[in-house]
Amino acid sequence: MDPAPPDSPPPPPLTPERRRFLSRLSIGLSAAIAAVMGVPVVGFLLSPLTRRTPRVWRPVGRVDGFTVGETVSVVFEDASPLPWAGVTARTAAWVRRDDETHFTAFSVHCTHLGCPVRWVPDAGLFLCPCHGGVYYADGTVSAGPPPRALPQYPVRVHDGQVEIQTSPIPIA
Amino acid sequence: MPPRTGWWYVFGSATFIAFVLQVVTGIALATAYVPSSGQAYDSLRFISEQALLGRFLRGMHYFGASAMVLLIGIHVSRTYWMAAYKFPRELSWLSGAVLLLLTLALAFTGQLLRWDQNAVWSVIVGAAQAGRMPVVGGELARFLLAGDTIGGATLSRFFAFHVFFIPALVFGLVGLHLMLVLRHGISERPRDGQPVDPATYRERYQAMLKREGVPFWPDAAWRDVVFGAATVATVVLLAIVVGPPALGSPPDPSILEAYPRPDWYLLWYFAVLAMAPEHLESIIIILGPLLFGAFLLLVPVFNRGDRSVRRRPWAPLVVVFIWTTIAAFWYAGERAEWSPDFSAKPLPVSALGNATPEDAEGARLFHSKGCEFCHAIEGYGGKRGPDLTVVGGRMTHDQIVARITNGSANMPAYTRMLRPDEVQTLSEFLARRR
Repeated sequence: MDPAPPDSPPPPPLTPERRRFLSRLSIGLSAAIAAVMGVPVVGFLLSPLTRRTPRVWRPVGRVDGFTVGETVSVVFEDASPLPWAGVTARTAAWVRRDDETHFTAFSVHCTHLGCPVRWVPDAGLFLCPCHGGVYYADGTVSAGPPPRALPQYPVRVHDGQVEIQTSPIPIA
Repeated sequence: MPPRTGWWYVFGSATFIAFVLQVVTGIALATAYVPSSGQAYDSLRFISEQALLGRFLRGMHYFGASAMVLLIGIHVSRTYWMAAYKFPRELSWLSGAVLLLLTLALAFTGQLLRWDQNAVWSVIVGAAQAGRMPVVGGELARFLLAGDTIGGATLSRFFAFHVFFIPALVFGLVGLHLMLVLRHGISERPRDGQPVDPATYRERYQAMLKREGVPFWPDAAWRDVVFGAATVATVVLLAIVVGPPALGSPPDPSILEAYPRPDWYLLWYFAVLAMAPEHLESIIIILGPLLFGAFLLLVPVFNRGDRSVRRRPWAPLVVVFIWTTIAAFWYAGERAEWSPDFSAKPLPVSALGNATPEDAEGARLFHSKGCEFCHAIEGYGGKRGPDLTVVGGRMTHDQIVARITNGSANMPAYTRMLRPDEVQTLSEFLARRR
């Protein structure tokens, strides 16, 4: 479109109605642009809230690899690790063979603030290094700030393998 | 600008210089850092051990962050002390308060980008704290973790917040902060008997500038430049001499020999959570930050009246109280005596003087049953529980037996873990400590 010649008369002033319309048009379009850019971004950021990770059974060792009465740490992979997760896809649990057929699997996360609890076999206690939380062998709180017992993972024996069902990090 | 501002006015510009230093060194580090949960650790090892000047840049970024946190803390304290938040600079205070919170957020997310074992567990601890929030806690924790667990999406999220979202907000707010400084001028030193009255302040301020104002350049700017240069020189020196924080073990959540601790600037908060009474802990986690935020927001509500500390004696008290409290908790966090000492060496018989075979067996049980993680004898052991070097002098044998078997609020009841003969051996061993 050709610009108006410099010596042309100035355009007539806009009517109040037209100015109001153009103001609303500009504000509305600006808001629409912001929404078009912002809504997908916010939705993308919040997507972990709507994406539920499936629970799957992970083998953690053959049954005969566990001694009755012993509590050992086992390592297994998260339910659906992303290809670039590397070692962060790994997680752990404390597993005890209660008798020939029964196992108990405890979360490694202290219920106080999620720090990794350690099993001290001679003392028969789980201890948390962060703030001194202590749990008895059955996972109940024995001392310190933890508000509740150590959570347990579902565990089963399948085809001679001890399997643990993956679970979210127990928070709140 | 007003005369006689002196050295108290250099901390804002020094904070800005520290921020610029963080942006410059951060961009350089980002050219080699791989923000992937599986590769970030190895890329940091490359930066620290092989890349030309990589270790130095990491050191500058770490000590630059420390300087930024420290300087903005001093700047905010100075502003409150001198009541520079009063009319017409209320918005300057508010933008500065948000910048303080964003600086702490940058510090926390930056520590996580180190992405070693400590960082991974710190993310979990952070998510667990967020999880204490009523109603939305679980969702907030999932938002931070980017899922149900630590994984591939977690680091990318913190990386984006650390290098894009938060710095963008900081840039915008620094621009607003500086624009407000240009619009309202730099606050003059408070004087007794000159209360701020919004009706007359601007006129009086302009008259003061005409009467005794000085050019910013170079009359006042030289101090900013000298202090800024000293700040950068200190950061450079520390980066060369001390170097960046060492990388811990790889970010493998299945390695349970971990002891997550925040960097020094949040160590005091770590201590607060450890020392808080259990029934108050959730309240502190939730209400503490909210109350601090409310305090920062409400300060400029009192935007008129005297600025001099002689008429506001509570102002220096508040500043000293906050700094002293943080320093005290920081010291406690540094010592972390509430943590069991897993590295406690077995109590040697030689430390017990004329030890009998029963003493040797008692000392063995004292270590193997975990007593020594929390209690010390002759300097061997942790400090979570009372020192038991002379416990036999303050407790009878029966009392010791009762304590071992029944426990207490901070001690397990060992009746389930010790055989009767072990209780006897241990209690007699302890009763002989006098």
